[in-house]
Amino acid sequence: MIEVKNLVKKYGDHIAVDHLSFHVDKGQIYGFLGPNGAGKSTTMNIMTGYIASTSGEVLIDGHNILEEPEAAKKCIGYLPEQPPLYFDMTVAEYLKFAAELKKVSKYERETQIEQVMELTGITAMENRLIKNLSKGYKQRVGLAQAILGYPEIIILDEPTVGLDPKQIIEIRELIRKLSEEHTIILSSHILSEVSAVCDYIMIINHGKLVASDTTENLMNHSLGSNTLELTVKGEKQDVEKMLRDVEEIQKLEWKPGENEKTVSMVITTEEKTDIREKLFYMMAEAKMPIMNMQFTKVSLEDIFLELTQNETAPVPDEQGTKPESAPKDETGTDTEKENETEQEAHDESNL
Amino acid sequence: MKAIYKKEVKSYLTSMIGYVFIFFILLLEGIYFTAYNLQNAYPLFGTTLSAVTFIFLILVPVLTMKTIAEERKQKTDQLLLTAPVSVSEIVLGKFLAVATVYAIPVLIICLYPMIMGKYGTVSYAMAYTAVLGFALLGFAQIAVGVFWSSVTENPVIAAVVTFIVLFVCYMITGIGSLIPDSSMASLACYMLLVLLAAVWIYHMIRNLWIAAVIGIAGEAALAITYVVKSTLFEGSIQKFLAVFDITSHFDNFTNGILDLQGVVYFLSVIIIFLVLTVQTITKRRWN
Repeated sequence: MIEVKNLVKKYGDHIAVDHLSFHVDKGQIYGFLGPNGAGKSTTMNIMTGYIASTSGEVLIDGHNILEEPEAAKKCIGYLPEQPPLYFDMTVAEYLKFAAELKKVSKYERETQIEQVMELTGITAMENRLIKNLSKGYKQRVGLAQAILGYPEIIILDEPTVGLDPKQIIEIRELIRKLSEEHTIILSSHILSEVSAVCDYIMIINHGKLVASDTTENLMNHSLGSNTLELTVKGEKQDVEKMLRDVEEIQKLEWKPGENEKTVSMVITTEEKTDIREKLFYMMAEAKMPIMNMQFTKVSLEDIFLELTQNETAPVPDEQGTKPESAPKDETGTDTEKENETEQEAHDESNL
Repeated sequence: MKAIYKKEVKSYLTSMIGYVFIFFILLLEGIYFTAYNLQNAYPLFGTTLSAVTFIFLILVPVLTMKTIAEERKQKTDQLLLTAPVSVSEIVLGKFLAVATVYAIPVLIICLYPMIMGKYGTVSYAMAYTAVLGFALLGFAQIAVGVFWSSVTENPVIAAVVTFIVLFVCYMITGIGSLIPDSSMASLACYMLLVLLAAVWIYHMIRNLWIAAVIGIAGEAALAITYVVKSTLFEGSIQKFLAVFDITSHFDNFTNGILDLQGVVYFLSVIIIFLVLTVQTITKRRWN
């Protein structure tokens, strides 16, 4: 579907995208993940033909975005970070214009606009001026515009920013529904967002692809499967003595217990060994009840931080002369707040 | 292109801006028409039209300032540039939309010679030739305005720059007449222009060598020509500057002459500035 080869984008001395290569297959949801200023939006802008790359090429369904822009752009629906809306139009007028611009045939226009409004839940807003809509609705109008013409690929740049928890869940459901017939690429700096909807995750940092794998693989690959959290009622010395005999244990880390009578620890074992059963019988024999025992949950957050922080360390922030870094940081604090609410939203949805 | 054209015309005619433009042109033209042609029974309609050309200095910038600058400011250009339409189609659609808004008062003005015809003999051919020139003059200045709107993303700056450019073009014959028409003065002006061109080239390509070579070659060519045949330069700077006087190309139309040179001039201005607009938008995508 999409083939990105050796993409480079430089702004003066600052490298926004650094030799990025990947390919996107049909019918899946792809997530671009990365901290603010990682190059997600730049990459998306290049893929959609809004800006040109310094070097490298983008093939959309076999069409080079620079050489056959019209054929390539016809396959793509794009919702940029800031939805491209004309505030002095009504929703219906705007969608009609977008449909015409995307060369949707005259006979299909009406029905398609209705379907798209239905899909994004803005039918009731049809005759409202866009400037009078709330942020969530503006975002949906932008999304409706991206879906118009039913392009094969839909690219969404941070589609849930600024939405309330309920809207976020709705948009996620919509994205899942769309993925039945379209290939979707979305970007986010919010991990729960990406892990909730995407089949495949690409983590980008400093314009480079740090990791790319299916969401499942990325979670499994993590260190989580071989660290065990254990809380036992009993004396520390007794527990230590017993565990010394278990040869699978590679590392033992003591943690403060819940109260004086219990001890807690984190046990690291060899890969793919499950010692839970063994521990259970051991402790039962010694009459030391196990209060809690579970594999450490490693979230995508940990993987993400691990990958991006390892990357950031050696790079001395472009000699601190990045002209864009200042405004980005401002938005950064802003979005981080949203990030928190997003997280809460996600937690709620998990409940 | 059709989509953009329709959207633009609609947006002009649903907001104040289009009506204000039409209102002022008609108001001013109406005042002059009443004073010249009706009360004083002056038979030439062209003179009435040429009396109001100064209003373009203010109205064209207001009309064109938002065309492209506003799209960039609101980031709606992302929708246009990622849609399956070419940049030329976008620019052409926008230009034709502004031209259409301008055509509305021009069409209404077409009725005026008929009103004059009720009271005496009017040469309609001369009157409508003048209207044609008036329309072309407006289109050319609109193309200039559209270009400056593509250079900046701030509509106000676009308006101010368009005003300054149109104003300088309007005044340039007067400014030129201040320069003595000796060949020495012309040479000095040309040398200054070549120097400015070299600085501009350096600014664009950031290559000192190429800019310096072009600059020195230009200056040398001027100096040699001056030594060989200095009479060539006599009064030539005035002729050169007159090319930029857009409004003066309307003069022949005023007198009812169908000036083909003028038609070609106006069409060239339109094409040059629209091509420059396309280039500006395309170039920005590479930065």
